[in-house]
This record gives sequence, structure tokens and C-alpha cells, in this order.
Amino acid sequence: MVSLSNNFSDIDTAGAPAARTERRAATTLNTLAHGTEARVVSVDGESTVARRLMEMGVVPGAPVCVIKAAPLGDPIEVRVRGYHLALRRAEAQTITVVTSDK
Amino acid sequence: MPTTLKSPAPVHETNATPEGDAVARPLTVALAGNPNAGKTSLFNALTGLRQKVANYPGVTVERKEGHWQLAPGQPAAQLIDLPGLYSLDANSIDEQIARDVITGRLASVPRPDCIIAVVDATNLERNLYLVTQLLETRRPLVVALTMIDLAGRHKLEIDAARLSDALGVPVVPVVATQRQGLNELAEAVLEAAASATPPAAGWRLSAEAERELTALAALDAPANGNGGAHRDAATDANARRYGALVELYAEELPEAAEHQAAVASARARLAEGNPRWWQEPLLARYNWIEGVARRTVRDHKPGRTRRTDRIDRFVTHKFFGPLILLAVMILILQTIFSWAQLPMNLIDGGFARLGGLVRATLQPGLLTDLLVDGVIAGVGGVLVFLPQILLLFFFISLLEDSGYMARAAFLLDRLMRGVGLHGKAFMPLLSSFACAIPGIMATRTIENPKDRLATILIAPFMSCSARLPVYTLMIAAFFSRQEKLLGVLSVGVVIIMAMYLLGIVVAVVVAWILKHTILKSPPPPLVLELPPYRMPNPLNVLQTIRTRSWMFVRRAGTVILAISILLWALVTFPRMNTTARDADSGVATATSTTANAPGEHATTDERAETVQPAAGASHVAEGLDGDAGEQIRQSYAGRLGHLIEPAIAPLGFDWKMGIGLIASFAARETLVSTLSIVYNVGGDATAESDSLIDAVRNARRADGSPAWTPLVAVSMMVFFVLACQCMSTIAIVRRETNSWRWPLFMVSYMLVLAYIASFITYQGGRLLGFS
Repeated sequence: MVSLSNNFSDIDTAGAPAARTERRAATTLNTLAHGTEARVVSVDGESTVARRLMEMGVVPGAPVCVIKAAPLGDPIEVRVRGYHLALRRAEAQTITVVTSDK
Repeated sequence: MPTTLKSPAPVHETNATPEGDAVARPLTVALAGNPNAGKTSLFNALTGLRQKVANYPGVTVERKEGHWQLAPGQPAAQLIDLPGLYSLDANSIDEQIARDVITGRLASVPRPDCIIAVVDATNLERNLYLVTQLLETRRPLVVALTMIDLAGRHKLEIDAARLSDALGVPVVPVVATQRQGLNELAEAVLEAAASATPPAAGWRLSAEAERELTALAALDAPANGNGGAHRDAATDANARRYGALVELYAEELPEAAEHQAAVASARARLAEGNPRWWQEPLLARYNWIEGVARRTVRDHKPGRTRRTDRIDRFVTHKFFGPLILLAVMILILQTIFSWAQLPMNLIDGGFARLGGLVRATLQPGLLTDLLVDGVIAGVGGVLVFLPQILLLFFFISLLEDSGYMARAAFLLDRLMRGVGLHGKAFMPLLSSFACAIPGIMATRTIENPKDRLATILIAPFMSCSARLPVYTLMIAAFFSRQEKLLGVLSVGVVIIMAMYLLGIVVAVVVAWILKHTILKSPPPPLVLELPPYRMPNPLNVLQTIRTRSWMFVRRAGTVILAISILLWALVTFPRMNTTARDADSGVATATSTTANAPGEHATTDERAETVQPAAGASHVAEGLDGDAGEQIRQSYAGRLGHLIEPAIAPLGFDWKMGIGLIASFAARETLVSTLSIVYNVGGDATAESDSLIDAVRNARRADGSPAWTPLVAVSMMVFFVLACQCMSTIAIVRRETNSWRWPLFMVSYMLVLAYIASFITYQGGRLLGFS
């Protein structure tokens, strides 16, 4: 059984988000270039949207990758937890990520 | 790989009968799972043809149930197919209903004895999220692991036994299409339902959260407001704890006043410690899921390019994507417009012949007329829609099951959102260009009820195929001899295109208004899964077609039939006096009821021009045209025409057109047949008959001026673009929205719009000097 502490330090081997930010810039999902691998840091924004995103697996620590954008630029297709998800740029903007080392 | 199971235990309930014996009773089993996880295939495989679809009381959520033969000699279990869900948190009414069914809170549905969670092996982590929530309910649970063949092909190995250990519930791999694993699933369900130990969630929340939950759970009195009584203290305690969990972490505050204050203060306390306190269960669940996945999944080919991705290079390509979508849309429209013609004509012809047969066999008289022109014509009028509905749902099923529908929504979302609609509205609206009925039925795929309603309300503005006979007649009568505009397009074609455009523009504007006023809701987030492409399962497709068609026939059909009979009565009564004759009919013998030859309704090649009157008009048209015309002019319908003449005069219409308008409110294409009767041309005329065209051109008003002018024709067309003149549509909207309020609203606002637009057209045209 896993118990949860408040600063997510159990989730992956990374340190607290603050330390990470100094080494790599945190940005939002909608600004990622296609094909960049990243990890979710936090999901902010209005709680209905945030809940929905998190239920779909976009939680702090989850790996994400932007695949492409729709012809008109919006929505975007991202890969998360092995499946593909379409979301609008406005929603993607509420997701803070850091790009991965790989 | 399947876990070892004991032989199935007989099903006993501890509910005692009055005699004190334990009785075996049919189980209730609920099927839950993500969309695209293979739930439908499993449901179909388990229930075969023994399914029925209805609505949950008071809402538009579909209730799908079937009978599942668990084991020979056992009573068949009631299998409830819950809506596809990603989570049980009540973001939408679907999820709310699902949770209510699972916890037994819906009075109309017995609390399930066991829940089957359908888990897609190729998408394990996200699918397990729902499983974690189901574990929290502490109800008997069995996991059906699907898509294992696909996982195998992707070199993804899932250890079902380990998964079962980790989850604490049986995991049964199934391949529904090949009927593998179904027996093992039945055994697991029987065992789980009889088991006394409920599964438990394998994670804990923080100490603070647990404290609040315990306090909240203690609030509830033993009954806990549940529909069914619980059998023992442990189940009660579990239910209360689950209730507390739901209330604390829901978006809104609970309804019960006593709980509101407690929950509010609990939330405040938690928020002090952590502003993101409400994310705790979500994180805890996924944290645990990741641990489980690490232990049970081996990906032997990470970073592979899936076939789906290769296909998507084209399908969601910036340039090719929209092209492909356009091609698909054209193909669907073309099919529904033209391929449906032959079967529709056959049905038309068949019913006409049946009518003729009945008329030839029975005594002439009122009852025969009712039977032939009311009932048979009415039923035929319903069934004639079937080819289009069947075809449309064939395509919808194909597109949904294959996974293409999501890509289409992805491509169109930006466009549709610009007009305030949901990306998934494109399919229903596209279909409505052929016929709004299957289009409206197709709005089921839109989850947000307000978006769905907005789409339903504007679907009839897409000029459907029934309007074509009206356009054709007007154009043929008044615009066929004009020169070509720009040397290429004839004025007639331009006008028809203008009518289509008018419908679309009005639809967009109305949608925008609706979304900003009565259907105002925050634009729902587009969080849409793009599932892997899959070959659609033919059984699923057939089952969908069967269910939808039957639903249409049974529900819409009854309303349409009733209105057909009503309409027949309106044009048949009062019966014309047999000796009185109108000056211009000039015939002195026989009554209109006896001299009719066995009916041969017009069955021309093009359905668009086929005359299939909804009621009454046909029989009245046979035999002596003058008599028939006189009958309809003197009937209640005729009187109504006179009655509304002052109201429609500003639109350029007279009372004879009024009769046509009244009749066409049942079905648009009846305008042609009704007009032909009113003008004494005979019921066999089509929109292209010279006789009718001439009659229309030469019709005169009381003062001798032409009744019809090009301007009047345009005014009539505009009216037809915007008015809701289709009882079938009304019936289907009633069915899909579960109330009469919305169909009535739709008819009213469309009528008002049609009136205003027609008014502007006619009066404006007069002002501008057209006549």
C-alpha cells in the first residue's frame, strides 16, 4: 500500500518540483514542440477541467508527449499513459510540464 | 492465464422468504468500463439478441439491459450495460446514473449483485482508474480483461494472475468476438456475488483526509438514504464510508442540509493544509495504479509505431485530413440520398399496392377509407424512413467502432466551437441534410445535454430531402425559363442553393443564440480519447442498427400513425353532400366515396418527386378530380385554410395554399399532393407534372389576380426552409428529449422564424418592386 504525502515525492525519482525548475524550465503543455517528451508537474485551472484531465491520467509525474495539432491549430493530440488524447490549447495551458532528459 | 476458480456455487440469497427458506433468485450484474474498451462487444456476446434499450426515468441516459445465461439451470441474470465511463465522479449525468445504479440508489434498478469492470489490456493504466473507484464502493467486482489479442500483437504482456493478486479481485481474460473466457467470467461472477468478503481499495489517503471521512461517515443514519436496505452492519459501514468519500470530494456540496455544513467545514480544514487537497484521491489512485502496472505489464516493444499512428499521419494531417473527411461526408450523403431511394420506392409502392388491395377487397365506406388512407398510409409513412435510418446508423456504427469518429471531431472541433456547437455535432447535422430523423437520433454521441439539445433543435434547418419536391415545383413553375446567371448557373439552381444556405446560416445563428441564452453552459472541455483504429465488429453494427430502427418504429411510429389518422379525418370530414356540387367541378353523379378506382399511388423513380400523401388526400384524389378537390375544400382542413388566410395573406399566401400548409405540417412533401388536389389536378401529380405546374401558374385569387407569382413562390420556399413540418421529427425529438416541452418549443420557434422570414421576403420583395 502506498500512502500519499503532500509534495508528491513518492511518485518518481525526481526531487521536489521547486528544485527541478531550477535545472529545467517548467512550461505549459500547449507550448511544447511536437515530439518533445515531458513530465507533468501540476494541473491547475478550473476544477472541472482539472478533474477531467487528471481522471484521464494527466497527473503530476505522468509522462506526456505532444504528437500534433489539428489543421486549424487547435485542438492538439498528446500521448499520455500509452494512449492518445485530444485537448484544446486552452486546457493544455493549465498543465505545467518539464521536458525530460531523454 | 485465467485464474483458478472453484466450481460455480449455487446462488443463494440470504433474504429469507416468508417460509424461511433461502431462494435462488436471478442476479443483477452491471457492466462498467471505458468507452472503446470492448464493453459493447462483450455485452452483445453475453446477451445475444436478448437486449432491450430504454431510458432511465426522467433523463435522457440510455438504459441498456439484457439477459445473460450464467449457467445452465440457473435463472438468467439481468445484465445492465452502463454508459461508457472514464470515472464515477459525477461530471455528467451519465456518470451520475452509473454511480446510482452501482450503489443501488435508483429505485427502478435493483442493486447489482456483482459488477464486471471491462479493462482494455492495451490501455491498462487509464482503464484501471475506473476499477479503483469501483473498488472503493466495496461491491463484488470481477475484471474482464479485453483486447488481449491486440495486446499480444503489440508485444504487450499482461500477467492476469498477478493483476488479480494486486487488485484483489478475479481477472478473467476474454475475447468476446471469439467467445473465449465467457464461461470463466460467468463462474467468477457467480462466485463473487456469493462471496461474503467485499474487495478493498489498496491505498490509503492522508491521515487528515481519513479523519474527515470517518467523521462524515458517522453522520449518516443507518438508512443512508439508499433505495435498498442493507443486510448487515459491515455493508452499511462500507456504504456510509463510500458515501462520505463521494460527498467530500464531489464538485458541489451535498444536497442534504445537515451534510452541507459538515462537508463544507471539512473541506475548509483540508484546504488549509493543502490548497490542492481535492486532488488527493485522484493522485492516490494513479499512484497505486502505476505500482500495479509496473508489476504486471511487460512492454517488449516500447516506442513502436502503432499502425494507428501510421494511419493517422494521413487522417489527421493538416491537408489530407480535411480532404479525407470531406470525402467521407460526401460518400455518406450520396449513399443516404441515392442508395436509399430504391428501397424507399419499394416500400412506398408496396404500401400503395396493399392499400389498393384492401380497398378492392373491402366494402367501400368510411371504415375502408380510414384503414387505407389513415392506417395503411400512416404506417407506410413511418416505414418509408427505415432505409435511410438503417443506412445512416450503419455508417455511424462503422465510424464510431472503427475509431474514425473521434478523428473527425478532432478535425472539426475548432470550426464547430466557433459557432457554439460541439465537435461531435457534425455527424448528426450532416445526416440531417438527408433526413433529420436519423440525424437527431445520432445526437446521442454528444455527452453534454445542453450541447446535444442545441444540436437537436437546429438539425431541422438542414434542408432535408423532403423539401426538394417543394423546391422543385416552385422552380419549375416560375424560374425555369429564366436566363442563366453568369452564363453558367440557372436561376433555379442558384435559388435552391440559396435555400440550403439560408437554412445553414439560420442554424448557426440560432445555435449561437441558444448557447448564449437558454442553453447557456460553459463550453465543455474537449478531452477526447483518440482510440486505436479497429475493424468494426459486424455483430455490434448489426445490433446497433436493429436496436435503433426498432426504437424508431415503435416510438416515433405510434405518434406518426396517430397524426396520420387525425389528418385523414381533417380532410375527409365533414362528408360532402352527395347531391350538392360546386360550379366548377361540373360533375353530377356519384359520391366521392364510391367512384374510386383501386388506388395506384404515384410511384415514380425519384423519391424526391414521389407523392406519398400522409393521409386522406390520395383516396380523395382518385376518381373524379373535381369531386376530390371539392371534398378537400369543404373539409375541416379547408375551413382551417379559410380561417388562417388572414394570417398568411401578408406572406403572399391564399386559403388554398393554406390548406397545403396545414397538410404539410405533418410531412413536407404532402404540399405537392395536397395542392394538386386543391387545384383539381388529381392526386397522381408530382412536382414535375405539367398539369400541376400549369395549375399553379394559372391559379387565380378571388379578385382575378394570379395567386402565385415568383415572389410568392420564393416566399413559400423560405417558409419551408425554416418551419418544422414533419411530425416524425417532432415524435423523435419527443423520444430523444423525453418530454413534450422541447418538441413544442422547436415547432413554435421555427414557426415564428418561418413566418418572419417569409414575411420579410414577401413584403420586402413587394417594396423592392418584384411582384
